[in-house]
Amino acid sequence: MAIFLMLVGFTLQGMVPITLTAVGEIIGQTAGLFNIGLEGILLVSAFAGALGAAAAGPLAGLAIGMGVGAFIGLAFAFVSTYWKGTQMVAGIGINMLAVGFVEFGMIRFSSNAGAFTIPAEQHLFRFNTPFGLLSPIILVALILPFVVRWFIKRTRAGLMLKAAGEAPEAADVSGINVNAIRMLAATVGGALAGLGGAYMSVAWFGFVTKGMSAGRGFIALATVVFSGLNPILALLGGLLFGFFRSLGLVVDTVPGFPLPAEFLHMLPYVVTLLVVSGAIGRVRFPKALGVPYKRE
Amino acid sequence: MTEDKKQASRLLRGIHRTLTGLHPALESVLAAIVGLLFGALIMWVWGYDPIVAYKTMLLGAFTDKWGLADSGAIAAPLVLTALTFSICLRAGMFNIGAEGQVIMGGLAAISVGFFVLPSGLHHVVALVFAMVAGGIWAIGPAILKLTRGVNEVISTIMFNWIAHFLSIFLIGAVLLNPFSADQTIAIPPSAIFSKLIRGTDLTYAIFIVIGFALIVYFVLWHTAVGYEVRASGLNPSAARYGGIKNKRTMFLAFVLGGISAGLAAAVILMGSSATHAMYRLHGQLRNIGFDGMAVAMVGRNHPIGILFSAMFFGGLNAGGRLMQLSSSPVPVQMVRLVMGIIVFTMSVPELARVFPAVKRHSVGLVKEMKRLTSSKGRR
Repeated sequence: MAIFLMLVGFTLQGMVPITLTAVGEIIGQTAGLFNIGLEGILLVSAFAGALGAAAAGPLAGLAIGMGVGAFIGLAFAFVSTYWKGTQMVAGIGINMLAVGFVEFGMIRFSSNAGAFTIPAEQHLFRFNTPFGLLSPIILVALILPFVVRWFIKRTRAGLMLKAAGEAPEAADVSGINVNAIRMLAATVGGALAGLGGAYMSVAWFGFVTKGMSAGRGFIALATVVFSGLNPILALLGGLLFGFFRSLGLVVDTVPGFPLPAEFLHMLPYVVTLLVVSGAIGRVRFPKALGVPYKRE
Repeated sequence: MTEDKKQASRLLRGIHRTLTGLHPALESVLAAIVGLLFGALIMWVWGYDPIVAYKTMLLGAFTDKWGLADSGAIAAPLVLTALTFSICLRAGMFNIGAEGQVIMGGLAAISVGFFVLPSGLHHVVALVFAMVAGGIWAIGPAILKLTRGVNEVISTIMFNWIAHFLSIFLIGAVLLNPFSADQTIAIPPSAIFSKLIRGTDLTYAIFIVIGFALIVYFVLWHTAVGYEVRASGLNPSAARYGGIKNKRTMFLAFVLGGISAGLAAAVILMGSSATHAMYRLHGQLRNIGFDGMAVAMVGRNHPIGILFSAMFFGGLNAGGRLMQLSSSPVPVQMVRLVMGIIVFTMSVPELARVFPAVKRHSVGLVKEMKRLTSSKGRR
């Protein structure tokens, strides 16, 4: 029973960065921008958030992480809308830049080149629940997908967002500024990924390492693909991958378990592959996804 | 007379293309400059002296025999992982799985330490093992892409992580060096490339790298298979209409890319590596695959361009080590930051158009040239 409770707690904790990032990417992709730089945003904002938290407290850390994420999202959006950049290449650039920036910054700001630890008194407060200590951001990640779903489905602004991704010409003709909408969407998406990153360092681990994002950005991307741009499915995806990650961690502690630990750590990645390969075919993406909008 | 005019107009067109940013090589140079300038800005913000740092870096990397040799040694594997990315991009796919393919190639190359063979044959066996392992690891994402339509960006990254954990297991359980924890057995001396220039990291493996790049160039641009690969990348539906089996070419591109990445691991472990062994977290193989993508993009995904851009990035890394020791000791990690900015910049098509000054001057220059050539024609 104790193990079961622990598993639930771990799953909830591990779900947050993937869900937040995936929901952010869903907003961006609905508007037609395919950002594969999520991994980089997670890493940079985890680092920036940790620096901010160490200097000015956990809430400032979260805000700084979000701000950095939003800034990267904005830069990405600017290049891929007004400069008609190749979005894949820009995303790869972001990921590379992030690794360099964090490795460099770690040497600059920390006596230890491998990790930066936030002082314990600067961690975000947590609720004491039967599942262990849980961060309030988990609630945000649980509620946000429903809000975003409602926003995209039911509001006028959500419809404009969809139009920018589905039929940019038609949107343009009807007086919507396609590029401005895409910029806004990618910025919000970047901010959410930034929150996910800052959550990892400020509210979950309490430290940053240069390998901290550990493929979560790409798992979030996989979640987006399998959800077919439905934020609620993205939440389920996040829970699923969070569960398999924690399963690995929990089973690892069982003495005499026959499988080597490395194979358990592989689980989230293998499950991602399986889920994505099972999901393709039934999902449909915006027509103008990844294509810069050029006015004739 | 008319021949003269024709030549002049061809020259004019060339200049026009170069200056308005349509010329691929110029765009790469421009992106590199933007990257280095941003790097300088960040150095300056963080209290280093960018001029001293860059001077140490670039002079150290490109001005003497030893610097060039070390740059070449770092460039060698980057050429191969860049080819991995480029071959697939030419076929219309983003293969970012070189990292995992490098790891698998490395494990296979290490395994030749288990048996004894005469030198020469041992080299060949190790190279073939590495290439086969890299190629096999690329088959997974290829099959998922072709049968289930799984986006290769996602599947290759997942395969990278699976390779990562698989290698930790194999290094700890199978290939472990009994005398040194966290390290595999070393590749035996009979399968190691000897140094080309004493006192540097450059080995004879560089010829294998250049040879492989030339072969890839020949295959892609001078054979029917290569034509099919490029055609299906440029326009898949047109290629299919023209009778090309897209799925087959995609599969081939993926496997050829994997072979190249596997070879990259062998080139490092049998060549420039100091211990000729792998480590638990793959110290010397780490990021080779990702850095290769930067090399590929700056080399405009052309094997010959890649040779040059790999030399540039190799120089940044080799010079970056010297930079750490200069009076403005910028950590070598700065180089990856600069690479990231360069790639980000490369995503902008017709880069030069972004800079109004370049555009203005080039338009003026072209007008001037036109005036000059037309007056010359009249005379």
